Amino acid sequence: MGLLDVLLGRQKPVPANLDALFALPAAGVGLQAATGLAPTGVGAVCIKPGEGAVFTAAQTEVTALLRLDEDTVVDQTRDAFGYLWTTARTGDDRLADVVTALHAANTTYERAGFGTSLLCSLVGFAGEVDGRQASVGLVYLYKRGTTYPFAPLGGEKRDTALELRVRAALGEDVRVEPDLSRWFPVWGAPGL
Amino acid sequence: MSRRGRYAADRGLTTRMLLVVFLLGLLYVVGMGLLIGYGVSPLLVIVVAGGFFAFQYFASDRVALYAMNARLVEPAEAPELHGVIDRLCALSDTPKPRVAVADVDVPNAFATGRSPQRAVVCVTTGLLRRLEPDELEGVLAHELSHVAHRDVAVMTVASFLGVLAGLITRFALHATMFGGVGRGRSDSGKGNALPVIVAVVLVSAIVYAVSFLLIRALSRYRELSADRTAALLTGRPSSLAAALTKVTGQMSQVPTRDLRAAEPFNAFFFSPAHATGFSLSSLFATHPPLEQRLAQLASMAQAG
Repeated sequence: MGLLDVLLGRQKPVPANLDALFALPAAGVGLQAATGLAPTGVGAVCIKPGEGAVFTAAQTEVTALLRLDEDTVVDQTRDAFGYLWTTARTGDDRLADVVTALHAANTTYERAGFGTSLLCSLVGFAGEVDGRQASVGLVYLYKRGTTYPFAPLGGEKRDTALELRVRAALGEDVRVEPDLSRWFPVWGAPGL
Repeated sequence: MSRRGRYAADRGLTTRMLLVVFLLGLLYVVGMGLLIGYGVSPLLVIVVAGGFFAFQYFASDRVALYAMNARLVEPAEAPELHGVIDRLCALSDTPKPRVAVADVDVPNAFATGRSPQRAVVCVTTGLLRRLEPDELEGVLAHELSHVAHRDVAVMTVASFLGVLAGLITRFALHATMFGGVGRGRSDSGKGNALPVIVAVVLVSAIVYAVSFLLIRALSRYRELSADRTAALLTGRPSSLAAALTKVTGQMSQVPTRDLRAAEPFNAFFFSPAHATGFSLSSLFATHPPLEQRLAQLASMAQAG
């Protein structure tokens, strides 16, 4: 925020960074090797729904676009905070396909003028860690272009230790969010 | 539809804001000129005024929280509130402020703190009780916009001028009582001294009064800007409008005693607290009238 913005009291809506999402497939390989967590084939886009028919039309367009692939199951659900989760459950566990589907959804929303309303994307991972079933989501923050892991334990508890292990396993492939206070919990997100 | 944004820039608001800031800067220059022309030690005035200004700037968050009897809440204590703020901060890419709750039944919210890194957003239990989730989100987006615009710092700097002008007036009166105005000590000089002093005092008083009105006008424009940024952030101008209507309407039903207690802090609030029967001239208002705020939000809803 420059001085002029402070004087005039304005803040431009932050545009979304759509391209850094493509670093996730490479990171997923490293993650699987280090922790045994494999992609579940589920990806979801979280967007703040706008008022009116324009947004509903964009939402319909995204659903139709994702359904072009017969193996993909598409859901549009609202969470407790009023945000819309567009979930794509692809038939396979190849991360590249999931990321491509997410990117298609993102660009459709952006072209409709809702790029600044994109909150985050989530890619699901699951596997056995330390003898128990764990579910981890890699949350990609559009406005920062960074990723962080989220491992819910059920009942609004987080497995912070596992999250930090995943962070170490992600290594250099993807930009991990350095500020831990920005690792906000996405309780009830689809795919976890 | 523009690729850059769905809402057009509001040039009228920008122009008015710029004009007010310019006029305030001009008054500052006039004030300093008076100071130096009068011969009062500039260093003394600057040190005293600077002391007041520094206190206000650095302590604003603690003072406001203490005055409203608010306490900071952890995410475990208020998960829904923290969740809404988390997401709004992720959407706007701003640092997350500390969150506080004030146990007051008057529905209201305020933000304080000198920078986005040192900010606190506070809501009252009265607000949490009365608003729907999307309306609460609109109010929180409005407060986060104040934080992002650094409104506390801007209003503190702007009000510095008022303090300075007031100090000039006080020093002028002080020096008058003890005599010895200006550098000349000749008899012919003394005869002309009194009208000069009166003129200086009068001008300083006018400077203070005009700065006061300008600061109030600036406060109103900052409120409209915060409304606008909040609507851009949430994409739901109508929810914010609904929250405004509810809060202002509900406040007229709150017992008068609570409102009178809240009145001194009006400049901080989402909506000003007025006891019924207390009419305020629009020039002195810290917030724009409800109709003006609703009209701006309605035009945004239509455009989007």
